[in-house]
Parts: sequence; structure tokens; C-alpha cells
Amino acid sequence: MSWFKRTKKSVKAAEKKTLPDGLWQKCDFCNEILFAKELEKQLWVCSKCGYHFMIDTDKYIDILCDPGSFEETHRGIHPMDPLQFKDLKKYEQRIKESVKKTGREEAVVTGFARIQGRDVVLSIMDFGFMGGSMGSVVGEKVARAIGDATDHRRPLIILSRSGGARMQESILSLMQMAKTCAALSRMSEARIPYISILTNPTTGGVTASFASLGDVVIAEPRALVGFAGPRVIQQTIRQELPEGFQRSEFLLEHGMVDMICPRGKLRQTLEGLLSFLCVQIAETTQEAEKDEEDSSAVS
Amino acid sequence: MTTDNKDRPGAAASPFLDFEKPIVELERKIAELEQLASVQKISVDEEVKKLSEKADKLRKDIYSKLTAWQHVQLARHPLRPYTTDYIGEMSDDFMELHGDRAFADDPSIVGGLMSLDDKRIVIIGHQKGRNTKENLLRNFGMPHPEGYRKARRLMKLAEKFDLPIVTMIDTPGAYPGIGAEERGQAEAIARNLREMSGLTVPILSVVIGEGGSGGALALGVGDRILMLEYAIYAVISPEGCAAILWKNQEKNKDAAEALKLTSRNLLELGVIDRVIDEPVGGAHRDPKTMAAELKRVIYEELDYLQHFEPAKLVEKRRAKYMNMGFFAEDSA
Ligand SMILES: [Zn+2]
Repeated sequence: MSWFKRTKKSVKAAEKKTLPDGLWQKCDFCNEILFAKELEKQLWVCSKCGYHFMIDTDKYIDILCDPGSFEETHRGIHPMDPLQFKDLKKYEQRIKESVKKTGREEAVVTGFARIQGRDVVLSIMDFGFMGGSMGSVVGEKVARAIGDATDHRRPLIILSRSGGARMQESILSLMQMAKTCAALSRMSEARIPYISILTNPTTGGVTASFASLGDVVIAEPRALVGFAGPRVIQQTIRQELPEGFQRSEFLLEHGMVDMICPRGKLRQTLEGLLSFLCVQIAETTQEAEKDEEDSSAVS
Repeated sequence: MTTDNKDRPGAAASPFLDFEKPIVELERKIAELEQLASVQKISVDEEVKKLSEKADKLRKDIYSKLTAWQHVQLARHPLRPYTTDYIGEMSDDFMELHGDRAFADDPSIVGGLMSLDDKRIVIIGHQKGRNTKENLLRNFGMPHPEGYRKARRLMKLAEKFDLPIVTMIDTPGAYPGIGAEERGQAEAIARNLREMSGLTVPILSVVIGEGGSGGALALGVGDRILMLEYAIYAVISPEGCAAILWKNQEKNKDAAEALKLTSRNLLELGVIDRVIDEPVGGAHRDPKTMAAELKRVIYEELDYLQHFEPAKLVEKRRAKYMNMGFFAEDSA
């Protein structure tokens, strides 16, 4: 059985977003029956095969941040429908349904947080909201988060999971790729660390923009990560895709990610990276403060 | 242009689109009449005038109400001029530079040094093939990562020697294949987007045909974005969009309409800065005139961009992209 078929199934299951409330939960990958309480303890990673269940944004906040330290920013930004897009359903309708289903305003949440006492800017995408697709709002919020990191001189962490650019905003979605990268260009000059975490699945315009540009790129095990989706590739080349194609392990082998990190070690890994990379920030910030003192002394 | 009609694909079968055929047919009749007149030394002025008027009316009728799908067809027209056709018309000293210095040379993107009258520029563009053999080489204008990396290398070269960059966009999209994924298609595109937003020389981007998603944008982060009148630019092809959202590839016409992909649509949305008019019937009906107009516009635009200090240019470019998009924000 190819990875691709399994992915399809796991994505479908994930779209239900929250795990059913039952005592038992079946692993989407190996079909093992898991005790829900135990699964939660394992951060929704199958104890038998290591499959990472898709989890809600709030759960990632709990896993990554110091308790209670997350402060959401840039709330109250809502999608519009500038193209008046309608396929089988109106775009407006799809947005309404996603808001209702996820309880979120859009497919990304941004905020300030602390990791082991260190101030960071954190941004987490939500696959449940129209497949985590990037339209004008996601582009704006991600760009603002990048701006916050740059202006406050705090490291940036973006956790991605997305089907790519949002078709219903056509060219405007495409331009969000350029927008987030323009923000990263400025941030890169300011020498602020950016760590990108790729989770299952991250494809299309999100992979082809900010998600691939981390100073360090981390992937969760077995996450599907790529530019084109497996189905499109299969239709184009008309042959079976190799085992494990476009999975994190494949990306590591081909030099596209720095490391694969299981969910249980994400926080510890982030802390290690940040403490190493943020020395620069601390020094620069001190210098800037010193400069300010000096100049105020002169005037 | 570099090719005669007889060398063009489908010269035997008609390469013209259904909605073009009545016009082409009338034009052929007029040409025949005129030839007949010159051979037999008779006057056909009256007849020619009548037919010409009819052709004019027909053109106006057809081209004043083109559907979105017809724009798509024109943008992909088999006779439409490609990047190297324009380069050949605009300059006689183009020097092509090859390779990404890492893996390969990707012929679906061409780039190099060229003069534009008294200006020296670096020009980079997608390149489609005119026939099957050329398309095998050019991969139908669908680049692999090495194409984007070559483009970036040439842009860095332009920056180093203070040369403005002109990009020509004409691709169905970045190639979706195994090798492309292995070598980091996404990263190659992403890096171009970031690097282009920080380059200290002017960047002028012109969509000359098909602007296919991220594979197009990877050459398209410019200070000014221009489109030829019948070029298209969207996040996904109408066929791809129809397959996903309508779950039916036959709905490509509906998808083309919904995607708002014409040059006028994009100008209204504020995404592009200028539409360059095409000759009546499209660029392929009069490539020389199109190339001359394109050259004039590029020259004029570069004149304008070369006024800005490098730091100002970067600041303006970043601000331009930071302003892209529509959303509603609650008042605090
Ligand atoms: Zn399992």
C-alpha cells in the first residue's frame, strides 16, 4: 500500500478535527486501538507506530509554550470575498462553515508566548479551517507576526499545516506568498532567528513561501511536505510514486529539512535552538539600549 | 519573429482558435482578392473595402466580449510569441547565461545579458517550446528547481553589477514531478520570493502569456508588475481549479471566470500596475508590433525605476507586497 493512500485517509480523519470523545481511539496509520487517556499523555502520538495525530492549535500551544504564557495577537481580522467567488458553494458560505466548525476566525493563530522563560512570537496554522489554506487574512496575520518578531526582536516560530494558497482568493492568495516572504526578507536582515516547524500536511503555496525559509526547519515525523500534491504529481508523470515520497524522512534525506523531531521533543528542541541562536539578539538589543542611553545623555 | 508561418505547429491544420477562424478566413479572402487584382490588373477596391469593413466589425464584436476562457486560450495560443521571440526582436546582442551552479541548466527558463538601446539589463523569462521537439527540451515552460536557482543566480549577478532586471512570465506552473520535489521545488520558489524582495536593483516583471501560480510568481516579485492584454495570471489553472472545487474538469470555463485571471481583472484588484495593449486579435497576429510596444514600455518603466535610490527601491517594493490582499478588521 502506498503512503499516498494512507495520507488521504488520515487527512479525512483529521478534518473531523477533534478526536471523538470515546475511551478508545483507532490509529489512522496502523489501526492499533489506543486508550484515549494514554494517547493524550503521549501527545497524540501512536505508541505502536509513532503516527502523529493531527491536533488542535490549543494543544500545540500547551505542548510548546510555558503554561498560560500565550497571548493571542491580531484578532478580529476577517476574510472578505473580493472576487465574489462561487464554485459549487459560495466562498462566503465556506468561511461561515469553517468558523462554525473550528471556532476560529481564520486558518492561523498568532501570538506572543514564552518558551522556558524566553519571549517568542508564535504562529500556528489550523488545517481544519478550509484546509489551512492561505488567503489574504492568513498572509496578513503571518506577515504581522513576522513584523512583531522583527520589531520586538523576538525569535519567530511558525508551525505550518496547510494545503497551500486559497483558490477562492486566486491571485490575492498567490500574492500572500510574496507578502510573507517580503516580511521575512526584512526580518532576515535584522538577524532574528526564525524556526519553521512542518507538520502533516504542508504543501503548495505555504511550503513554497514562508514555511521553507526557516533558519532552521524542523519536521514532525512522517509529515507530508511538498510543493505539488501527490495526486497532481501522479497524474502528471503517470507512474507510482516511490514509498515514503514527500514524507519528512524523504525531505531529510534530500537535504530539505534540518531535522525530524517527534512532538514530545519539540519544546526541548526549540529551547535548545533558541538559547543558542538568541545570544546574537541579546547582544544586539543590549547595544541598541546602550546606544539609546548614550544618545539621551547627549541630548 | 524567428519562425515563418510554414514552420509553425499546425500550419497544415489550422492553429487558430474557433473564435478566430471567421476573421482569419475573411483576411485570407481579402489577401486573395488583392493578389488577384495585382496579377490581373483589375480593381477590386470596392470589394476589398466591403470585406475589410466586415472584418473590422467582426473583430470588434469578438474581441470586445471575450470570455475569461477565451483569454486563457489566447494566453496559451500556439502562435503566441515567447520570451526568446521578444528578446530577438528587442535586441541583437543577447548573451545567454546557463546553469544554476549546483545541478543543471534548466532550459524552461532562459536568462542572460542584453542591451535595450542604451540600457544594459539582465533579462530572465520562462520559455515554452514551439513544437514537440522544442517542448521536450523546454518542458512546456514548466521549470524545475534548477531553473529558479539559475534565475536567482542571474538576479544576484544583476545586483552585483547594478543592472536592472526584467522578467518575462509565461508558464503553466512549476513542474510537479519526483525530481523537482527531491531537489526542493518549494524551497527554490520560496527563496526567490524572499531574495527578490531584497534586491537593490530595479525589477520589472511582465506577464507575457500564462501566469501559472507559484511557478510564475517565482520570477514575478517586481517593483512594477505589467501584463500583456491577453495574458492571464492566477493561483491555479482553470482546469486544476475545476477538478478540485467543481470536482469536474469540464467546468474549466466556470473556473476561469471565477478566478478573475484577466489583465483587466488584476488591474482592478490592484495587483498589477499596468496593462500593455496587444495588436488587434492578440500578440500572435502581429508579433513585431507587439515586441516594439513591449520594448517601448519596458524602456519607459526602467527609466522611471532608475530614479530611485537602492534602499528606497527595496522599501517601496516590500511595502507594495505588504499591502496586497483584502480583509476586514474589527475596530479596536
Ligand atoms: Zn499507529
